[in-house]
Amino acid sequence: MSGRALILGARSAIAAALAQRLAGDGWDLVLAARRCQRLEPVAADLRLRRQRQVDLLEFDALDLESHAGLADRVRAAAGPFDLVVCVFGYAGDPDAARRDTGEMTATLGTNFTAAAVCLGHLANDLEERREGGLIAVSSVAGDRGRQSNYVYGASKGGLNVFLQGLRNRLAPAGVHVMTVKPGFVDTPMTEGREALFLVASPERVAGDVLRAWKRRRNVVYTPWFWRWIMLLVRLVPEGLFKRLRL
Amino acid sequence: MYWAHQPPATWLLARKGSGGYLGTPAVPIRLRDKACVKTEPLHGWGRHPRLHGAVHRARDLDDLRRLARSSPTGIGRGAGRSYGDAAVGAHVISALPLRHLLDFDGQSGVLKAQAGVTLDDVIRFALPRGWFPPVTPGTRHCTLGGCVAADVHGKNHHRVGAFGAFVDELEMVLAGGDVVRCSRTELPDLFWATLGGMGLTGLIHAVTLRLAPVSSAFIDNLGVRTGNLGETCRLLRETQDDHAYSVAWIDLLPRGGRRGRGHVLLGDHADGPALAPLHRDPRWKLPALPANLVRRTGLRLLNALYYRRQLRRQRRRRVHYSPYFHPLDGVAHWNRAYGPRGFLQFQFAVPFDSGEEVMADVVERTRRAAPCSLAVLKTFGDHPGGPLGFPMPGYTLALDFPRTSRIEEALGDAAGTVAAAGGRVYLAKDALLTPEQTETMYPRLDEFRAARRRYDPGGRVRSALSDRTGLT
Repeated sequence: MSGRALILGARSAIAAALAQRLAGDGWDLVLAARRCQRLEPVAADLRLRRQRQVDLLEFDALDLESHAGLADRVRAAAGPFDLVVCVFGYAGDPDAARRDTGEMTATLGTNFTAAAVCLGHLANDLEERREGGLIAVSSVAGDRGRQSNYVYGASKGGLNVFLQGLRNRLAPAGVHVMTVKPGFVDTPMTEGREALFLVASPERVAGDVLRAWKRRRNVVYTPWFWRWIMLLVRLVPEGLFKRLRL
Repeated sequence: MYWAHQPPATWLLARKGSGGYLGTPAVPIRLRDKACVKTEPLHGWGRHPRLHGAVHRARDLDDLRRLARSSPTGIGRGAGRSYGDAAVGAHVISALPLRHLLDFDGQSGVLKAQAGVTLDDVIRFALPRGWFPPVTPGTRHCTLGGCVAADVHGKNHHRVGAFGAFVDELEMVLAGGDVVRCSRTELPDLFWATLGGMGLTGLIHAVTLRLAPVSSAFIDNLGVRTGNLGETCRLLRETQDDHAYSVAWIDLLPRGGRRGRGHVLLGDHADGPALAPLHRDPRWKLPALPANLVRRTGLRLLNALYYRRQLRRQRRRRVHYSPYFHPLDGVAHWNRAYGPRGFLQFQFAVPFDSGEEVMADVVERTRRAAPCSLAVLKTFGDHPGGPLGFPMPGYTLALDFPRTSRIEEALGDAAGTVAAAGGRVYLAKDALLTPEQTETMYPRLDEFRAARRRYDPGGRVRSALSDRTGLT
């Protein structure tokens, strides 16, 4: 199946890998990001290598008012789209997020509020048309709040519940919603961070996402073992967990 | 999950960007809001020397400009396929994420691509469309930026020259952040200084390259077995005008009359309808090894067997481009065979007249210090390059040695011999040259320094190579 895919947050490393895979599978692309002209080399490369139509769209996730008209803007710029891939996110600094209001609001605002508003409006559009699909990249951090990263975890946890709701709402319309939960990925977001383990490449994540999408999975952990790691993490009783320093 | 030229998915405990301080200390600097920069061990293909440096990845032109402005000193790094310390320094700007093709004209074969695009990428894109890199070194995993910075040559220098001969334009980011375009007509001094300039003139963002039209993925090769060095040299010289590609593998381990025996490969692109198959990624991969596997006895045996792989004196065969141009790419990480101490490659060019004597002298000096594990002999034609250009009309011999205790001194003496004979050592392979030797070997060094002063007045672009050889 192929058509046109809209990638929100196209500057991310995972988005770049997904764009290559989707274009290879025959999808035309709309790459949406802030200052989208920086993506011109990426678009040129995809057009040359894969001979697909690639359009750039200026998109600021934090401009909440603009999301209501996003679907129309995409259609005007490029054409009808069949797949929405939401990849934007803000990791921030967990230590700063404990004290600094700006950091807290940036993390929560980007990962949860902006994503929810944006996807909410796009979901309305998809439901009306009764076709298409939605993939949103969350994180394993959203599965349980941990002292080391709870602001980011909360934003992704909130997004997980939002996506569950969308999945429920859009199922009768035949629109599939998939939640992607990656562990640590080798991207600029994790650069310079210590104590990372089992770091996956963006290409590995992209491969897992597309394989799972073809099978219409609801929630995909990438790489696969994170499902079991997080299951164990979730099973720890709260009375014990609160004493751990995970 | 693992790609040969991408950061691998690490299954083991990994600390990204951290490292101990062994050797050169990391300089604490301010980059964005980070107060301290973590370093990691960096080295070239020879895995020696190993120095700690901070790696900054440039994802797009804006990143390159920001890094050019903010980094106190730095050198661009591509795939790290130079053998010594050309892409090693206290600060290193990795162009690997700049891996996008920008433009291609299917009629003229002109390709514009970012500097991190490898020749592997170019072949995969261009060959199905009937085009091929006009000059390719012994590996396809080097980046276009690296090919320009080292002005690489292939098996066809005698006919067409080096990589720079096919570069129409460079888009560069100078120290200080300015984006400029240079070519033979626009800022020619920067253009020529950058070709072979080992990245010391600035950061390369994009390369415009003229590809060569081909109709086949195969090479028609004439293999000639020779009995000694004199015969090999004579054959290479005599056939200079006859074939597009010529190279000789020689065995330097025997003493006396059989030294320099080997196989001369004389090739031309086949005239065939098949632009397929494309090369495959290597099936074999060497793991990290605790010791050097390359020993004299084993080498003697291997060389003797390899010499006898062709029993007839002359043999014509059709060979796929991948084992023809990039035989060593068949085993990923083959440099690990030399163990943690790494190895050294000594490649030099000498004029034809004194060539054989100089080669014999170099071989004699190094023979006892370490066994020569690989010796490749080619001829260069008269194709002038930039001020730091390596090729000169004559012979070029590339020698690999495991890093034994005495080989460095022996190679120092050998470099002296080469310099005295009017030859020079290739900076892209070098790990040992001194400033005096470099001055002698590269008579146009002042021209290079003048260009650097013009385009990098603060001397912000530097590498371990430039510090060691006094290029800057």
